[in-house]
Amino acid sequence: MTALVQFRDLTLGYERHPAVHHLSGAVKAGDLLAVVGPNGAGKSTLFKGMLGLIKPLSGSVEFSGLRRADIAYLPQAADINADFPINLYDMVAVGLWRSTGLLGGIGRKHRATIEHAIEAVGLTGFEERAIGTLSAGQMQRALFARLLLQDARVIVLDEPFNAVDTRTINDLVALVQRWHGEQRTIIAALHDLDLVRTTFPDALLLARELVAWGKTGDVLTAENLLKARHMCEAFDEDAAACRVDAA
Amino acid sequence: MQRDALMFYNFFLAPFGDVATRAALIAVVSLSLGAGPVGVFLMLRRMSLMGDTMAHAILPGVAVGFLVGGADVFAMTFGGLIAGIIVAVLAGIVARVTPLKEDASLAAFFLISLALGLVLLSARGGDAEIVHVLFGDVLGLDARKLMLIAAISTVSIFILALIWRPLVLECVDPQFLRSVSGAGGPVHLVFLALVVLNLVAGFQALGTLLAVGLMTLPAVAARFWARDISAICVLAILIGIFSGYMGLLISVHSGASASPSIILVTGAIYVGSVLFGRVGGVLRRLFQGKHLEA
Repeated sequence: MTALVQFRDLTLGYERHPAVHHLSGAVKAGDLLAVVGPNGAGKSTLFKGMLGLIKPLSGSVEFSGLRRADIAYLPQAADINADFPINLYDMVAVGLWRSTGLLGGIGRKHRATIEHAIEAVGLTGFEERAIGTLSAGQMQRALFARLLLQDARVIVLDEPFNAVDTRTINDLVALVQRWHGEQRTIIAALHDLDLVRTTFPDALLLARELVAWGKTGDVLTAENLLKARHMCEAFDEDAAACRVDAA
Repeated sequence: MQRDALMFYNFFLAPFGDVATRAALIAVVSLSLGAGPVGVFLMLRRMSLMGDTMAHAILPGVAVGFLVGGADVFAMTFGGLIAGIIVAVLAGIVARVTPLKEDASLAAFFLISLALGLVLLSARGGDAEIVHVLFGDVLGLDARKLMLIAAISTVSIFILALIWRPLVLECVDPQFLRSVSGAGGPVHLVFLALVVLNLVAGFQALGTLLAVGLMTLPAVAARFWARDISAICVLAILIGIFSGYMGLLISVHSGASASPSIILVTGAIYVGSVLFGRVGGVLRRLFQGKHLEA
């Protein structure tokens, strides 16, 4: 398996304070990788850095044979303006952006694909509903339908199962497994360790520094989890410049 | 029966036999076509007041155009366009590089701009010019001005169609737009340019102050009648056109000034929509009837 995404001594952060510190490692094609760590561990920051939404303070992220458009990203608490007068169908349909672009029309074939995606997440019958009337779980299902349409090789999910009931989680996890079966690469930030153990073959434990990265069973040990919890989350206003950089 | 028909004709149609009134109607219809949808997007981005701000901001440009080219519409329009874009871009830059938010920096720049515009106008022209620029002269439109207004509304509709998808997405889910396309930033700027263009078109007919009315009021009124962005845009256009027609009628029959009459009709439609609107109107909320079974 070849490395699809390579982190090289990557440091990401805000106003010079690192949120992800000297991370190195590789995501391989076809990985189903869980990113685990306490709040403030740098999971979201890592994803933003990977997607180029923030610039590294040092180090780099390298992609091999991957364009930006090949990565689909579902941010945590997606910043969606639910008051906007648009219905679920149109909201899901923009997932086809890669094939329709700015101006391309949505033809009969596209319509079938959209209906299929809405059906796959169990929202058939809700097409005309304004997005503001959807529950949190329905919205998350809709966003997964949009991901389905994006048909991306790499899918990045930032805490996708927050504030969602068990049945919805089961349905959405089934979709994730289907993507895995289709040889797509999936990276997901999660807090439910049982779910990680049962579903994700690989895990990355992050607590600003990398704690462990490998087979889930080797990573999520009691010792590692304790280490992650103790790693300081403090944001030291007067922190000195990092010496590792100077070395 | 024939008498009724004649009365109907005299009241509703005969006023538009007059060339100036007909030109005014054409102007208001064209304005509504462009400004209506632009106002809807302003509203949905919570930028309704920005239309007002920009209307003031274009004044120094109009004044410079007036000083250089006399009463030539194209000089004044071009000046207004440049001034509006300068203010929008400067405000955007200050918002990006300092902690000041865009609304605050826009407020600062428009005040400077407005003061500058008034100083320039009063230095050269008399009060009559200032009043003319501020309140417009919808019954004094010549063919050149009409062409300009029509051209601007044509361009607006065309550009809106072109940027529709990213513009909607930028309002609904900006993060998603950023993840699939780099169109977000440019689209925002193009949209601001459309706001300025439509205001510039509007001030020819209605004046800088009332131009905002035809952009903002139909949009906020339409919001009370539809749940879908396309429907809201179409409604906003229709409300604008209807207000223009009714406002001109009232003005002709009562002798009231035309531009404010038009905006007052729009205002009345807005108040009616707030009260009786199907989507979230006040009465609808008060008397919603018994709850449903499921």
